[in-house]
Amino acid sequence: MRFSVRGRAVLEVALLSVLAVVMLFPVLWMIETSLKENRDVYAVPAKLFNFDVTLDHYRDVFVSSGLSVAFLNSVIVAGASTVLATVLGVPAAWAYSRFAVKAKKDQLFFILSTRFMPPVVVVIPIFLMYRYIGLIDSALGLILIYTAFNVPFTIWMMKGFVDEVPAEYEDAAMLDGYTRLQAFRKFTLPLLVPGIAATAVFALIFSWNEFVFAIFLTSSDEVRTAPPAIAGLIGGTTVDWGLVAASSVVFALPVLIFAYLVRKHLVAGVTLGAVRR
Amino acid sequence: MAGIEVTALHKRYPDGTVAVEHVDLSIRDGELFVMLGPSGCGKTTTLRAIAGLERQTTGDIRIGDTLVNDLPPAERDIAMVFQFYALYPHLRTRDNLAFPLRAEGLPKAEVRARVDEAARLMRLGPLLDRRPRQLSGGEQQRVALARALVRRPRAFLMDEPLTNLDAELRAEMRTEINHLQGELGTTMVYVTHDQVEAMSLGHRIAILNKGRVEQIGTPLEVYDRPASLFCAAFIGSPPMNLIEVEVADGKLRGQGGLGLTPPPGLPRDRGLIAGVRPEALEVTDPGAHRSVPARVVSAEWLGDEIIYVVDHGGRHDVRVRMPSTVRFAADANVGLRHTGGAPAVYDMSTEELVA
Repeated sequence: MRFSVRGRAVLEVALLSVLAVVMLFPVLWMIETSLKENRDVYAVPAKLFNFDVTLDHYRDVFVSSGLSVAFLNSVIVAGASTVLATVLGVPAAWAYSRFAVKAKKDQLFFILSTRFMPPVVVVIPIFLMYRYIGLIDSALGLILIYTAFNVPFTIWMMKGFVDEVPAEYEDAAMLDGYTRLQAFRKFTLPLLVPGIAATAVFALIFSWNEFVFAIFLTSSDEVRTAPPAIAGLIGGTTVDWGLVAASSVVFALPVLIFAYLVRKHLVAGVTLGAVRR
Repeated sequence: MAGIEVTALHKRYPDGTVAVEHVDLSIRDGELFVMLGPSGCGKTTTLRAIAGLERQTTGDIRIGDTLVNDLPPAERDIAMVFQFYALYPHLRTRDNLAFPLRAEGLPKAEVRARVDEAARLMRLGPLLDRRPRQLSGGEQQRVALARALVRRPRAFLMDEPLTNLDAELRAEMRTEINHLQGELGTTMVYVTHDQVEAMSLGHRIAILNKGRVEQIGTPLEVYDRPASLFCAAFIGSPPMNLIEVEVADGKLRGQGGLGLTPPPGLPRDRGLIAGVRPEALEVTDPGAHRSVPARVVSAEWLGDEIIYVVDHGGRHDVRVRMPSTVRFAADANVGLRHTGGAPAVYDMSTEELVA
């Protein structure tokens, strides 16, 4: 009996290890490539362990390639659109949760429906509109379009969190002399912080990773965000795979770090409501 | 302290739902007034309109002599206790109690004195330095009551304050609230869907259904003569037996020949239903004087009493409350007779009390 329990555990670990290797291999390969000299990148057979480690590609990412501008653009665009979506979406979610609104279900469904179609379907009309009003190739244009995609998501996710906070806190505060908005700000909002963090991380990841709009709506290196900029490295006569890998690693890191920092809130956020109060 | 007058209250939400159709209430100064009804009957909306948390569509609300229709909740000089206690989670008990006073801008010494007084009244001494999540449900509700007390409001509004407590604690808190209200003599409006709570606490009870008041009366009036079939079915456990009856030779006869004492002034021209409390019926040996033949369908032993469900050939089986010393087996052939005075009689179509 004991053996079979042990055997089961061994089998599980073995299977999970295989799965982990399959899942993580591309990531490991990317990290390896970013650390290899160019001649080792193309070596056949591939050098898995016995290569010389170099940080030249990482230096290139920040110094000679011009990618640092793209990263800065990504930070600005993703950050600003996330903040905007949160500032607009959280009060909206609160209102949908607390008030009897005419045709509330229909409104919420309409809001959600803007997420039904793939963004690529609307990219041409938006391109034409942006060209007409002069938002083509501007950070503001990207910020607005990402906000437009993140607000519905924020409203839906935050409404769930607001529903979980008893409205009685606000009622009690109003009886104690606060206005409705003060009651929301002073009592409900602090309790929503985990939910806001979880929602904002998702919105941030969406904006950070977004590729289709970025490549259609921007063209100059000064405005480009990182995803199209990195993609732009591929396609010349020679491809500097080391630089591609290093910039990809740099690109992936912020999201990983951010998600790690707020992981507690993420878990709290995702499991909120699992327990009956 | 003050009475509360609610006149022609109507509340319709923007999405079209009507929560309160038409409610008139006249709550006396110093009264413990209970609003009772099933969920969705409009009792909580009415209470929230009195508190100022909802704005009524039409109708007037007066607290004391003041018309409060357009006053925000804080200016109505009332305190409210909620089903989920609504203690501020980040504040200790002491600060939770002091919070409304500080919001009013009272001097520190006064705040302290009032907090201490409320804490003493609700026996909160050892809990003063704890946060809400370190308190049990009962303790949280006591803190919530104390927080309502410190403000010395003109009226207390209670929104199902005991619903979340377990049965034992609920009974204890019921006594506590009763005692407190008696001692302070403050007007209290108490909303509940629990008829036991309503009967044991209320000086008067208003039974609400579908946004209208069905009956207002003392617990005894409401129990003895429910004003409508809805009230008859709602108050009492097990509920009143509703038996279709007809008037024949000056007598009131139910289906299966069950004879009831007729009340005076019965109309003869319409279908009637008699409301008979389970304790106004008696299960007897078969063939006993004035009894009709019947059969025991089931029996619930409750310790001090037995509830028999009896089939006497009527459309519905009737429930009979008997002392636990009188025992009949299930399926036994028995007799059934009416022992009480004249029952309440209702019009079958309007469902209202006619005699």
